[in-house]
Amino acid sequence: MSYIELSNVSKSYDKQRSVLNGIDVSIEKGEFFVLVGPSGSGKSTLLRLIAGLEEITGGELHMNGKVINHLPPKDRHLSMVFQNYALYPHLTVEQNILFGLNAKKVDKKEQKQRLHKTAEMMGLTELLKRKPRQLSGGQRQRVALARSVVSEAPLCLMDEPLSNLDAKLRAHMRMEIRQLQKKLGLTMVYVTHDQVEAMTMGDRIMVLNDGKVQQVGKPIELYNKPANLFVASFIGSPKMNMGRAVIKGQQLVIEESLFIPVKAADVIDIPKNKRLIAGIRAEHLFKGTSEEKTHVLDVINVEQLGNETMVTFEVGGEFWTAKWLGQQIVHTGDRVPVQLSVEHMSFFDADTGKLIKAASSLKQKEGVAI
Amino acid sequence: MNEAAVSLGSDAAKLIEKAKKQRRTKNLIKGLLFLLPSLVFFSIFLFYPMIRTVYLSFFLTNASGAPTVFVGLDNFAQIFSSPLFLKSLKTTFLFVLYTVPGTIVISLFLAVIANEKLRGIGMFRTIFSSTMGISVAAASVFWMFLFHPTMGWLNQFLSIFGVEAIGWLTDPKWALLSVSISTIWMNIGFTFLILLGGLQSIDSYLYESADIDGAGYFYKLRRITIPMLSPTLFFVVTVTLINAFQTFGQVDMLTRGGPQNETSVIVYSIYRDAFVNYQYGTASAQAVILFVIILGLTLLQFKLGERKVHYQ
Amino acid sequence: MTMPFYKKVVLYLLLSVSAFFIFAPAIMALLMSFMPGEQILTGTIIPKSFTLEHYRQAFERFPLLSYLTNSLLVSLLIMAGQLLLSSLAAYAFVFLEFKGRDALFFLFIATMMIPFEASIIPNFQTIRDLNFLNTYTGLSLPFFAMAFGTFLLRQNFKQIPKELKEASEIAGMGDLKFYLTVVLPVAKTSLVTLGVYGFLSAWNMYLWPLLATTDDSVRTVQIGLKQLQSQEQLNEWGVIMAGGIIVVLPTLILLFLGQKKLQKGLTEGALK
Repeated sequence: MSYIELSNVSKSYDKQRSVLNGIDVSIEKGEFFVLVGPSGSGKSTLLRLIAGLEEITGGELHMNGKVINHLPPKDRHLSMVFQNYALYPHLTVEQNILFGLNAKKVDKKEQKQRLHKTAEMMGLTELLKRKPRQLSGGQRQRVALARSVVSEAPLCLMDEPLSNLDAKLRAHMRMEIRQLQKKLGLTMVYVTHDQVEAMTMGDRIMVLNDGKVQQVGKPIELYNKPANLFVASFIGSPKMNMGRAVIKGQQLVIEESLFIPVKAADVIDIPKNKRLIAGIRAEHLFKGTSEEKTHVLDVINVEQLGNETMVTFEVGGEFWTAKWLGQQIVHTGDRVPVQLSVEHMSFFDADTGKLIKAASSLKQKEGVAI
Repeated sequence: MNEAAVSLGSDAAKLIEKAKKQRRTKNLIKGLLFLLPSLVFFSIFLFYPMIRTVYLSFFLTNASGAPTVFVGLDNFAQIFSSPLFLKSLKTTFLFVLYTVPGTIVISLFLAVIANEKLRGIGMFRTIFSSTMGISVAAASVFWMFLFHPTMGWLNQFLSIFGVEAIGWLTDPKWALLSVSISTIWMNIGFTFLILLGGLQSIDSYLYESADIDGAGYFYKLRRITIPMLSPTLFFVVTVTLINAFQTFGQVDMLTRGGPQNETSVIVYSIYRDAFVNYQYGTASAQAVILFVIILGLTLLQFKLGERKVHYQ
Repeated sequence: MTMPFYKKVVLYLLLSVSAFFIFAPAIMALLMSFMPGEQILTGTIIPKSFTLEHYRQAFERFPLLSYLTNSLLVSLLIMAGQLLLSSLAAYAFVFLEFKGRDALFFLFIATMMIPFEASIIPNFQTIRDLNFLNTYTGLSLPFFAMAFGTFLLRQNFKQIPKELKEASEIAGMGDLKFYLTVVLPVAKTSLVTLGVYGFLSAWNMYLWPLLATTDDSVRTVQIGLKQLQSQEQLNEWGVIMAGGIIVVLPTLILLFLGQKKLQKGLTEGALK
């Protein structure tokens, strides 16, 4: 039995505008579960349904096997961290942290104990008497976390908690939240629009778009075997290179400009003469040499990142980006040799967007790594 | 197993539905409880009196204001054939015509010049808004002396130029104008304060970009300030207009409706009929007319305002 | 950007002339209240000598002190009632969701279209029949509910992040407690603004106190001033002006202290 189970959950406003549709998912105890999707995908709404801040229109929400659709937020034994932290501006850090315990009428002595333990853990001991406006963004974030920790609720919900921080602090807090969650054994449901955050923090990720579940799985699964075009382009940075493709006889034709010879065995599960979308990750668009190459492509942009070089090519009507290690000497307008192979490519049905075949090379690599 | 799931599902569904309904009822009760005090007071002191006023306007009343004889629309027929009431209507409209544009134009002028960033501007703003803190009674006393036929500053000032003394409050030709002037002065403080607030909320980037384009002072005033200020202006016009129709204090203090009923605005006329002559029926009929006028004006304002006002 | 010199001169000139005209009546009253009676009668503008005689007489011949206390009590009562009722109503409109909320909000808007002056006759009868004439209750009760105050506070409450309410829901805090311990303290500034506005309006009220008081025990200072004016002889202008100055002093001080906040608050309340 899972800790939290959603079965066929839907949400609509005024019986018309449907925000979420047929959501089925189970979240295990102690799991770091990330909800990711673009804005308007319904991820925050889903979190608020779990919190009880909004009414579920259809379907059931279970916690520990019991239906909890009807329970008010306070009876769901959870804590929540909001994007804007929701700190009470007129209360000190200490009062903010103790806000929930006070409301629940927890014994004063215990309040004090928990406060000190939490403040120490979060490094807030020096700041307890300050008001939120006297704190930096990072410190406010910490107070919000502390408020969640001090509640000792087994389930913690976070709604884009890091989006108001600068990039450096964000990277640091990612790690800190992750450690905190493991240390306290919390079950975490974490909403973000940032796929990097999702990939780096989540035990499992659920990708949402347009109110529907696109895929649920471990980060690496989502990266290697995206269930559809949406997941393929949403997860991973730079995004997966894609192009219209078709297999004609012994050839794979991409964007009517790239011709790749294929062996029948390689494409055994792919229908012939059918409209496909082929996708390849930037790191699999290998650099070639004048001797070893499969194709020569036109460079239209080069980004030097220092430790790696991003080279963008024109392939038919699409721009494909390659990620090459080190500092490569390439210029816009050059014609550069590359190595492309079918085994690194994922194929999707052009009409439904569903995955037909994931890149096959990855399995071998995984094997090597083990 | 499937069936079990379904039956479990429907049980749960019932429970959920029940809980939803309960929560909705609870929310409704909670909402009404928070609104209850206001609703009770509105009912007793606003809605009931309004209905009661309409009711009374169909009756003759005794001296304590209790309805005695139903007379239908007679009260209305009577007031509309009474030259006194017709005059008070005319006076009211004239008064509105004098005070509303006067108040708006002067306050707008003051707000515009007080919106510049200059040293000591705070003092000027305080002075301009000061009349808001001066009550009708006090203001009337001040103006009563200013209007004094011999000692008053106005006539003393005129006499410097050899102009004959004016009977500001005693001459039927001047009385309404005099009351209007004092009213404009009383209105300025509040109107100025609101308009200044409106001006200050206009984004300074608009002016900076106009400066870069080389726009002149009056061009900016016409093309940026006035359009951006239109919601505030709209509000201020509405408030001033409604207030003008409800004027009472300065009339009671300065002229008591005289001379020759020249300044007897509608609220004063209602007051006199009801509380001096104890004609509650006709007074109520007049109150109904006042209500209709204000309702009509408010609705008209909303309709016109919607089209013309430029909201950000 | 600095302003050209000529523009500055023109502005200061306009400001000063306007300020003179706006302030002249009040200055005149102040000067006259300190000016010996003979000088007033001869039309003096700048007093040649000062006297406190008028103030002494104003207090001696009229129960001004008791009028002032009455005004203060009534104004505070009205202010408190308005703050309580408006904040409760605004809370419901912002933080509670229930059926019919929008209709009720429209009802509140509609109250703005009913002028108090048009419903004054039944109101007078109600207060009379409740035996509230000549009481503080009768003077203040009709003004407790206030649509404008509700709008002003609603505007302000709306700026309180919804997440604060949600966090309190998760913590299990009830609405009444949230209203008392979070909303009211956080919206302190706008409550002060509304309080100042309510106090000013109540202090300056004229028609209602005129009707609802018939004896000196509860009469407010505005009606006292009317009495002073109508009962005094023409040559007692100094006493009348002294009375006028006493009446406006408290509100002017309040206005000067709260002008900035009042301006900001009223503008916000006025425009959606």
